[in-house]
Amino acid sequence: MNLLLEPFQHEFMLRALYGCAIIGFLNGFIGAFIVLRRLALMADALTHSLLPGLAVGFLLFGVAPLGLFFGALAAALFVAVGSQLISRSSRIKEDTSLAILYTMAFAAGVILLNKVRSPISLHHYLFGNVLGLSNSDLWLSYGIAMVVIPIVVALQRPLLLCLFDPTVAKSQGVHVGALNYLMIGLLVLTMISTLQAVGVVLALGLLIAPSATIYLLTDSVNKMFWAGGILGGVSASLGLLLSYWFDLETGPCIVLLLGGLFLLAFLASPRYGVLTKLFRRRHFHQESLERWQKKPPAPAAAPTNEEKLH
Amino acid sequence: MISRHAHPHAHHELRVSDLTVSYNRIPALHHLSFQAVCGQLIALMGPNGAGKTTLLKTLTGLLKPETGTIFFHGRQVRGATTDFAYLPQRENVDWDFPITVRGLVEMGRYLRIGWAGRYRETDSLAVQAAIEKMQLQDLQDRQISALSGGQQQRAFLARSLAQEAHVLLLDEPFTGLDEPNRTNLAAILRTLSASGKMIIASHHDLSSVAALFSHVMLLNGELVAAGPTATAFTPETIAHTYGTQAFAGKKHA
Repeated sequence: MNLLLEPFQHEFMLRALYGCAIIGFLNGFIGAFIVLRRLALMADALTHSLLPGLAVGFLLFGVAPLGLFFGALAAALFVAVGSQLISRSSRIKEDTSLAILYTMAFAAGVILLNKVRSPISLHHYLFGNVLGLSNSDLWLSYGIAMVVIPIVVALQRPLLLCLFDPTVAKSQGVHVGALNYLMIGLLVLTMISTLQAVGVVLALGLLIAPSATIYLLTDSVNKMFWAGGILGGVSASLGLLLSYWFDLETGPCIVLLLGGLFLLAFLASPRYGVLTKLFRRRHFHQESLERWQKKPPAPAAAPTNEEKLH
Repeated sequence: MISRHAHPHAHHELRVSDLTVSYNRIPALHHLSFQAVCGQLIALMGPNGAGKTTLLKTLTGLLKPETGTIFFHGRQVRGATTDFAYLPQRENVDWDFPITVRGLVEMGRYLRIGWAGRYRETDSLAVQAAIEKMQLQDLQDRQISALSGGQQQRAFLARSLAQEAHVLLLDEPFTGLDEPNRTNLAAILRTLSASGKMIIASHHDLSSVAALFSHVMLLNGELVAAGPTATAFTPETIAHTYGTQAFAGKKHA
């Protein structure tokens, strides 16, 4: 009992819990867009390409969060827009151009980071440190959440149209291109808030896993956003507590928890679980077998009642 | 076939003049001019590369014409408009998308009320009416992949009804449907055109045109023939369109 409540008595743990809840929610929330738009690779590239931006931002503005923020944003936009330009103006496809640009950005970042001798070590950048979140980090995350969530809520209708079918959305006057760039901008903001806590390598799991899990549980885009956010926030906080109780690394704990929940949904989701479907197929078969044994088969190819037009 | 000359919605006219559309300066459609009236059920026919999809995309505002104008209802159409609804080919739809039939139909209303407008009771009623008209009441809570091919077409038609589109542009609606579903969809399209919708559908199967459509438009990079099926869909125009005399389908005298 004492061990269970112990983490709540430390100020650094409370701060980390607060940070995990915000960052987990934010990632799970915007992750729905990434999963439905199939941008996981793009998101992966963006997390890596933030590195040189952070280094240059530090070089120009010091550790001020705003400077780091604009540096990261510039680097991410360079990679995102650059890969689009290359893929649209040549035969190179977008995943290829993206891979080239983001590894270039990452390489430049590694060199820059050693040259400028910033307090951001490579290890910190790669794996993050939830327990080291400062008050200003928390305020930054909170501010980012207060920008990202209201914008997504306000734009939910055009977003839905654009996610479902960009071609049709465009034909009905939705500014699909602008909407995509805006969402990528919001994604970069989310990543900046996340890197401090879990680092480049694990950020993607925090972003994708909650909404992928919810995707297996619901048929509503709206629920994917909100339930993804809640799942992300709760799992990140729970992962943090688990890491404290069992003395494990925090970031990996969170991602493993999220991944475990995803696998659980994959296997046992009531509607789309692999095991559920296996079980249900047998059930359907038995049902039709019983029906078939009870009455003689109906004449084939007759339109069923719901197919008939008055 | 019912004559549509004296149709009550005859003033709803689509007038396309001198339309040329190019991809990278290479024209796919040359100086196309035609008129169509709401209530017509038009088959858009022609060989591959004839410009069928190009025309549909231009009408929906996805492609910019190089020359020419499109007038609907006496007003010039430039780019996107909610008066036109484009129904994508079935293989271009992500059927695993987390949405139910009702959610899909509601999308049609979102186009009407915009991104900030309130979703009112009238919107909900319009959605319900569209669902009922397409006989999807019992299926409205199903996810869209749990529908048959014909039901999927009806769900998209219901969306365009909720959108209150006047012109329905369909890309190969009959492709991949089995016989009962074809008959059913044909009946639905006839009902819709009788209620004043203009329907333009690209179509491949020469033998079923006369049974399914009231009008045809034959394309071959340029307009070959357009008009009522009985007069415009003749062995001569077909041969001209497809560039061959070896037409094995039904003859139309």
